[in-house]
Amino acid sequence: MRPEVRSPKSEVQSATAGLWSGLVWMLGPLLFFAFLSSIAIAEQRFPPPEFESGHQLPVTTTPAARALFFQYLDVVVLAVCLGVSSWLVFKRRSRNGVMALSIFSLVYFGFWRKGCVCAIGSVQNVALAVFDREYAVPVGVVAFFVLPLVFALFAGRTFCAGVCPHGALQDLVLLKPLKVPLWLEQGLSVLPYIYLGAGVLFAATGSAFIICQYDPFVPIFRMSGRTLMVLSGVALLLLGVFVGRPYCRFLCPYGALLKLGATVAKWRVRVTPDYCTQCRLCEASCPFGAMREPATGGASPQALTGDRRRLALLLALLPVLIAGGGWLGWRFGPVASKLNPTVSLAEQFVRAQGTALKFGALSPDELALERARQTPQEILTEAGRIRERFVAAATIFGMWVGLVIGVKLISLSLRRKRTDYEPDRGDCFACARCFEYCPNELVRRGMMPAANLQPAKALNE
Amino acid sequence: MDSKPEPNVSRRQFLRDGARAAALTGLGGLLGVVAGRATAKGAVWQIDPQKCVRCGNCATNCVLEQSAVKCVHSFAICGYCQLCTGYFDPEPNDLNTGAENCLCPTSAIKRTFVEDPYYEYTIDEQLCIGCAKCVEGCNRFGNGSLFLQVRHDRCVNCNECAISKVCAGDAFRRVPADQPYLLKTTIHGT
Repeated sequence: MRPEVRSPKSEVQSATAGLWSGLVWMLGPLLFFAFLSSIAIAEQRFPPPEFESGHQLPVTTTPAARALFFQYLDVVVLAVCLGVSSWLVFKRRSRNGVMALSIFSLVYFGFWRKGCVCAIGSVQNVALAVFDREYAVPVGVVAFFVLPLVFALFAGRTFCAGVCPHGALQDLVLLKPLKVPLWLEQGLSVLPYIYLGAGVLFAATGSAFIICQYDPFVPIFRMSGRTLMVLSGVALLLLGVFVGRPYCRFLCPYGALLKLGATVAKWRVRVTPDYCTQCRLCEASCPFGAMREPATGGASPQALTGDRRRLALLLALLPVLIAGGGWLGWRFGPVASKLNPTVSLAEQFVRAQGTALKFGALSPDELALERARQTPQEILTEAGRIRERFVAAATIFGMWVGLVIGVKLISLSLRRKRTDYEPDRGDCFACARCFEYCPNELVRRGMMPAANLQPAKALNE
Repeated sequence: MDSKPEPNVSRRQFLRDGARAAALTGLGGLLGVVAGRATAKGAVWQIDPQKCVRCGNCATNCVLEQSAVKCVHSFAICGYCQLCTGYFDPEPNDLNTGAENCLCPTSAIKRTFVEDPYYEYTIDEQLCIGCAKCVEGCNRFGNGSLFLQVRHDRCVNCNECAISKVCAGDAFRRVPADQPYLLKTTIHGT
């Protein structure tokens, strides 16, 4: 049997008890004060010397943390960039402007600020702050979470366009865009919502910030990091040469939130500055698969019955998917909860109970068990409590996954009416690439005489 | 159907406006919940020296090439021992500065003679890798005046500190940015 986990300090105290017993009476009040302050230590085995040579003790240096001013500077830069980005997309309609802003954001938020603080990770801070009363979330991080979302609710994803360093990096390496097959595009587009749910699950239970841990581009901004993440970052960038913004489209959890916001945005990005001549020049302009063709919205009478039956089936399937996801979450919650440090420590303790005393160097985890300042009972109780909460949260996460898949299936079988070529509200990154494909835009910029265009009325007749 | 006049606000538009208003309200509500727990001071990572188990994870798990965690020395606690167990190997051949006698793998601890029999030990942060070998020696047999701290001139303050995830003693915590160190002090507070 392994001895009880106990603090090394208690041994120290018993060894020096005799030496201290006399002093305790004199220093009693001071010791009590030291006891209150967890940092001060009371026992010193070797009394500090009194130097006869008048030697002055050096002072322990404490280099200051980054000044608070800079934290607010980041928020101001973010707000200004969001404003500039929206202005460039909606007023100036300038791709070059958006590109210049992208480069600035990449340098400022990416390489200078090293990718931290970022809006993508802020989701987790906010989730943790909601569920953990003791976690004090910095105001700057909250601002990074809220500002792009508010902009998305009014002007679409102008944050993605040229403010997010992750988006900017991928946008700038996109050289030879290939079209992703529709089935793959639609299938992968549920991943961001699932990733978002997983990020919130692990953050809210205080287990891990997985969105930060598995961020592929921050190691590139920092020029250092875990090998696996550096490699996946490079791989994503190589993929990004051919597939437009793979992280933004198929992974980014904050992009999922922005997409939801952008679908109900007040103003939308339009290809044409005034009216669509249906010239189809912009059809293949979007490297991100966001361009939508005109559609009548109706089905042929023969297909209608089948369509309706399928929709009814999918609507009936939705609760089943949610329940199934919830069951899976409940079933696998205990396994996933091992990512929580306290739960994993408790697991190791239980495992170590049966084994004989080990000799030789201890692994870090064994050290933690040996030297933990909590009793095993405390750790086990705490781990049990965390696991219970975790399983409940995992069940909700499973239901969320079911809901996401169900809604995606339903949305695929709905018909939308569309008269013009338009970028999808949610999928459009507002990168402003498609504008210059539109002859109307060329007229607006004075690059083409207006006489070359047919007036809209003539088209309708 | 076609004869019906176009309404000023289409149904789709109305739903969209409603959803936007709901989203803004929800965001406001979330802000309200979070605002009570927000801090204007900002937060940075720090090691609680009382919880540190000297496992050595700090040296290898920081996202930086050279860990932001360094050993620091609270001189007021130090016993200025001639036989410093944070400096010398447990079984030294000789009590001199030879590398074979020293604990520190990068010889980041400088030993200088002050007066008989006292020696002063200072950390060269350029060389220190935060491996905690000296911290272990000092805590086990000495006064514990050597301990690890996150140095904020190096730390990039990741949203999730990579070392905190693997910290064996769960010693990492967020502290207010204006008091970014958890230094060991004597009972007199020096």
